[in-house]
Amino acid sequence: MDLFEYQARDLFAKHDVPVLAGEVIDTPEAAREATERLGGRAVVKAQVKTGGRGKAGGVKLASDPDDAVEKAGQILGMDIKGHTVHKVMLAQTADIAEEYYVSFLLDRANRTFLAMASVEGGMDIEEVAATKPEALAKIPVDAVEGVTEAKAREIVEAAKFPADVADGIVDAVQKLWTVFVKEDALLVEVNPLVKTGDGRIIALDGKVSLDANAEFRQPDHAALEDKAAANPLEAAAKAKGLNYVKLDGQVGIIGNGAGLVMSTLDVVAYAGENHGGVKPANFLDIGGGASAEVMANGLEIILGDPDVKSVFVNVFGGITACDAVANGIVQALELLKSKGEDVSKPLVVRLDGNNAELGRKILNDADHPLVQQVDTMDGAAERAAELAAK
Amino acid sequence: MAIFLTKESKVIVQGMTGSEGQKHTRRMLASGTNIVGGVNPRKAGTTVDFDGTEVPVFGTVKEAMEATGADVTVVFVPEKFTKSAVIEAIDAEIPLAVVITEGIAVHDTAEFWAYAGSKGNKTRIVGPNCPGLITPGQSNAGIIPADITKPGRIGLVSKSGTLTYQMMYELRDLGFSTCVGIGGDPIIGTTHIDALKAFEADPDTDLIVMIGEIGGDAEERAADFIKANVTKPVVGYVAGFTAPEGKTMGHAGAIVSGSSGTAQAKKEALEAAGVKVGKTPSETARLARELLAG
Repeated sequence: MDLFEYQARDLFAKHDVPVLAGEVIDTPEAAREATERLGGRAVVKAQVKTGGRGKAGGVKLASDPDDAVEKAGQILGMDIKGHTVHKVMLAQTADIAEEYYVSFLLDRANRTFLAMASVEGGMDIEEVAATKPEALAKIPVDAVEGVTEAKAREIVEAAKFPADVADGIVDAVQKLWTVFVKEDALLVEVNPLVKTGDGRIIALDGKVSLDANAEFRQPDHAALEDKAAANPLEAAAKAKGLNYVKLDGQVGIIGNGAGLVMSTLDVVAYAGENHGGVKPANFLDIGGGASAEVMANGLEIILGDPDVKSVFVNVFGGITACDAVANGIVQALELLKSKGEDVSKPLVVRLDGNNAELGRKILNDADHPLVQQVDTMDGAAERAAELAAK
Repeated sequence: MAIFLTKESKVIVQGMTGSEGQKHTRRMLASGTNIVGGVNPRKAGTTVDFDGTEVPVFGTVKEAMEATGADVTVVFVPEKFTKSAVIEAIDAEIPLAVVITEGIAVHDTAEFWAYAGSKGNKTRIVGPNCPGLITPGQSNAGIIPADITKPGRIGLVSKSGTLTYQMMYELRDLGFSTCVGIGGDPIIGTTHIDALKAFEADPDTDLIVMIGEIGGDAEERAADFIKANVTKPVVGYVAGFTAPEGKTMGHAGAIVSGSSGTAQAKKEALEAAGVKVGKTPSETARLARELLAG
């Protein structure tokens, strides 16, 4: 889960990383009092989960409270790379002398954590990495040992921070590591980390991404979720514990296992090329179990998607044999009907694996008018795409 | 021969007394796995009856190993406690730990992986969030259904569980030496490369099928490895060509971010290494069939 800047700032403050005072508002008028509280001047910053805000005009300096109202009015509602600005943060202004970069992230290739640091902060760090790789220090961090003071010094030396800020950066780096570990973050990035005219080190802008798998020990993280932004179908699926992602096509997809469902999306997209370019409408993994109840929950979400024209149920019977899955489909359709749901879209079902023949027989015997069976994944995808294109 | 797991393997189950642990211990026993014990500190000294087979419960992995000579542990412990269970297995220096549990926090996996390294990597870790591995006809350590394929000479390594099953089933008439599900989490123990290396050295494997998915660059690194080190034919499949950027597709690691982690890049890297890459699972199976037929 990616956080907004103001949420990252709050987490930094919680772990004593030096940040500037700031307030989040969602109406221009609220900018006036907030700016007064911040000392009469403020930086007005769009809160969107994407980079390049500054270039897009989403960060502006307000010289007084009236100006802040005007600037907030300009930024609220702005579209930045497809993200609508619903909130702005008013932040205290700072006298910036130098801009640096520091981050902690996951290094998948080396199966460890990585610290990255540069004295050339402020700009897009990917550009620094591409054009001046020597200016970006990358130091592996052992997950057990963590960032000790010695490790922090190693990072500071590798990135060639000037001697006058070294102690301040060492301190900030250790505190940022605390954020990374204590909050179960996958990314903690500060850009820029600034030195002010009077020599203080401040985290001026931050990006934090949190690990959803750590929710069991991070009870506060659920509140950080941007519920307003979630697609309503995704929100409904999440409430039912389903692994669902809304996409922009017409063929509803249900499958068991993440890899098989991803593969199903591909096969349907290929088939769609011959049928007016229809595409998968969603990713939905109902897991290995595929019980009637889970199947019903999944079908309910997918049939509730107005974009869906046909549904492809692609199940490989492994641990759960196909006869159980077939019974699940039959019961799910009955369950939805009894709940008064509109079940009117064609379902193409492909069952393969354990007890596939028995499963197919159960569906044949049930003879549901909307259910068609195709024995192979490719053939079923073709049929589902054809039905969606009608 | 086969890789990592044979009929000689003596398997214990951490979390055997939980519901998932019990269900799959029963299945593993039914498929011929030599299950020699379970681990649960609160139930040490008891036994669990699996359809007439009494399996003893030990307090620790170390005790179980001392009493039974176990060399493989399968971990079903819930995600909150998985890190300490794996660290216990590493401390006991068991040669193979298969971590089935899904939903483990990345910091926990990073920590037990770093810990294994600090102890000299005496324990091979498979997973987490994986279906485990099976050497058909010999032993099954995890949750892979044993009855969808038979012993044969194809080696399979895959990030995805159900695609593993799909491929095992498509090629069931030919059969497999060993199938390894390595899991799709951002940090995993055994990688594609580890399995490729072992299959290359395994005299009972003639062809390798490798299944990847979007996210990270494990497939690209595997391609480099294949180019330099693998002489046996390799057939590949990558899932997620149509996955949009920035959306996690079920597995915590399956996400395309920017230009990195795309299926297309993985396919191209594998093809550049001489791997035949199928567009769909069935085409991949057909390619394997053609190569084996020579």
